[in-house]
Amino acid sequence: MHVVVLMKQTFDTEERIRLVDGKIAEDGVKWIINPYDEYAVEEAIQLKENQGATVTVVSVGNENTTQALRTALAMGADEAVLIEAPDLSDERAIAKAIVAYLKDKSFDVLLAGNFSVDNGAGQVAIRVAHELGLPHIAAVTKLTIEGNQATGVREIDGDVQTVTATLPALFTAQQGLNEPRYPSLPNIMKAKKKPLTTLTLSDLGLSNDDVAAKVERVEVTLPPKRQAGQKITGTPDEQAEQLAEILVKALR
Amino acid sequence: MDFTLPSELEEMRRTIRDFVEHEVEPLAMQIEEEDRVPDSVLEKSKELGLFGLSIPEEYGGIGLNMLGKCVIYEELGKTINGYTTIIGAHNGIGSVGIVEFGTKEQKEKYLPRMATGEWIGAFALTEPQAGSNAAAIKTTAVKKGDRYILNGQKIYITNAPYAHVFTVMAVTDASKGAKGITSFIVERDFPGFRVGHIEKKMGLHGSHTAQIFFEDMEVPEENVLGREGEGYVNALKILANGRAGLAARCLGSCEYLLDKSLAFAHERIQFGKPIFEQQIIQHYLAEMALEIELLRTFVYRVAWMTDQKMNVIKEAAMLKLYGSEVYNRVADKAVQIHGGLGFIAEYPIERFYRDARITRIYEGTSEIQKNIIAAQLHKEYERTKADV
Repeated sequence: MHVVVLMKQTFDTEERIRLVDGKIAEDGVKWIINPYDEYAVEEAIQLKENQGATVTVVSVGNENTTQALRTALAMGADEAVLIEAPDLSDERAIAKAIVAYLKDKSFDVLLAGNFSVDNGAGQVAIRVAHELGLPHIAAVTKLTIEGNQATGVREIDGDVQTVTATLPALFTAQQGLNEPRYPSLPNIMKAKKKPLTTLTLSDLGLSNDDVAAKVERVEVTLPPKRQAGQKITGTPDEQAEQLAEILVKALR
Repeated sequence: MDFTLPSELEEMRRTIRDFVEHEVEPLAMQIEEEDRVPDSVLEKSKELGLFGLSIPEEYGGIGLNMLGKCVIYEELGKTINGYTTIIGAHNGIGSVGIVEFGTKEQKEKYLPRMATGEWIGAFALTEPQAGSNAAAIKTTAVKKGDRYILNGQKIYITNAPYAHVFTVMAVTDASKGAKGITSFIVERDFPGFRVGHIEKKMGLHGSHTAQIFFEDMEVPEENVLGREGEGYVNALKILANGRAGLAARCLGSCEYLLDKSLAFAHERIQFGKPIFEQQIIQHYLAEMALEIELLRTFVYRVAWMTDQKMNVIKEAAMLKLYGSEVYNRVADKAVQIHGGLGFIAEYPIERFYRDARITRIYEGTSEIQKNIIAAQLHKEYERTKADV
């Protein structure tokens, strides 16, 4: 079985976002594997350990992204591919690049995170499945592979849904799928010797037009600061009256 | 000159930092109160490979150089020191002897199980009458056929309550003084081996230190570590090897204390403004940061020198002395900045303050380090005089 994991490097979830000249500042930032993608990596490694598989991790990014790929290798992935394309900005273009890499590869299972914690679009993996004409099951909390049949369990509004698919297929990981491991120190040493290939867009036969952004980012702003709370005083009747006024005002 | 770390060491630093932050630090208060590191934490630490730092890859460890070990110890120093001590004592004085002086057979027998943490290591030199004056030990080892019979008592043996493999120093020839001491690999289940009373300590809760007794304990001759009569020199080498790592642990603790103190100084309002705006507090923090920066530079320089196989006797002694003294000064300032909160046991600062104290005593007191430094200076002087 060949399992390919699509992963992204993101800011640490505890990182404070700062804007400098209308852009998110990246200096001194702690980078991690997108937590949902980390579930995907862990699931792939468990498939490898339990059923025998080779695991390839793929990421679109820049040189800094190799750090996240090395972590995935240290967790237990066999090889890593960096598609070096730091200028790609929309999900469609990133999906195109991944599809260009995957289209002549053979694989059984594609895994990715449900969405990334930075931009949160949740598009890339599903676009890849669509372009490759593969079935996909999104946001799985349990995945079972038997032969060429996959069963994914998804949580939906207080209930669970069980969906089956025939491989090859794509699955996106939801929180609860597994508990990602820490890469062990010996495996960090071994990861140094595992193959990490860097490809450019032209290596993949893509022109700038192929990956031109269809979506333009107009502005980046921080969420508005939370307003200080308002204290209502007086007798219960007076308080009720004030509260009603505030609510009516807010609803208008 | 290049101060950047290899990428795999950066990766290890991130992993250990993550692990400490999520798996150890949340339990620090519990470990302190119960004086016990939960088995689950030790198991996870073993899975991570934290018990095989000194042991070569061919015996199942990672075989890190001193630079690598210092990176890991620095991160481990940022949490409860008792936990760090279990790991530090095992990887340092507990296993380095076998790694450095063991025969192939000894390494094959002991190191693989020590690398996984199945067998914990300990180092047994100190006795009731022999601390800093280590050559005065009284434990005897008498050869009888193909074995040695050991009798004596050791005190303050870190990890003794759960260790399986002990590097033990004993006198094989009382007429030769320090040159009559031999080191042995002793297993916990050798008949005549007994662990005594576990000491109650001021700090390092979670790490346990006990007395051990040898009562006509038989040790097979193949368990002599190194050569007969070289035990004292072995012990000094093992201790010297541990000094950089110990200073790296002090460094991590200092960094933790500076972080906490800096944050507290900005949050604590007195006289209508954060106490950080008081110049005296700024100066405390500046002094802490300066000493920490010097310590960091020194730790990694000595680690690098060690890895280049340079003679570091003087520098390692200076580093152990400086690291432990800085840790105590930083902890003291951290308590002062935190005020009353620094004295409260529900907050970690006072714990570090107590844990810091032993670093000036164990693995060679500050005073002994000064003796070593002076002795090396004297040697250097004699050498230049000879050159003239």
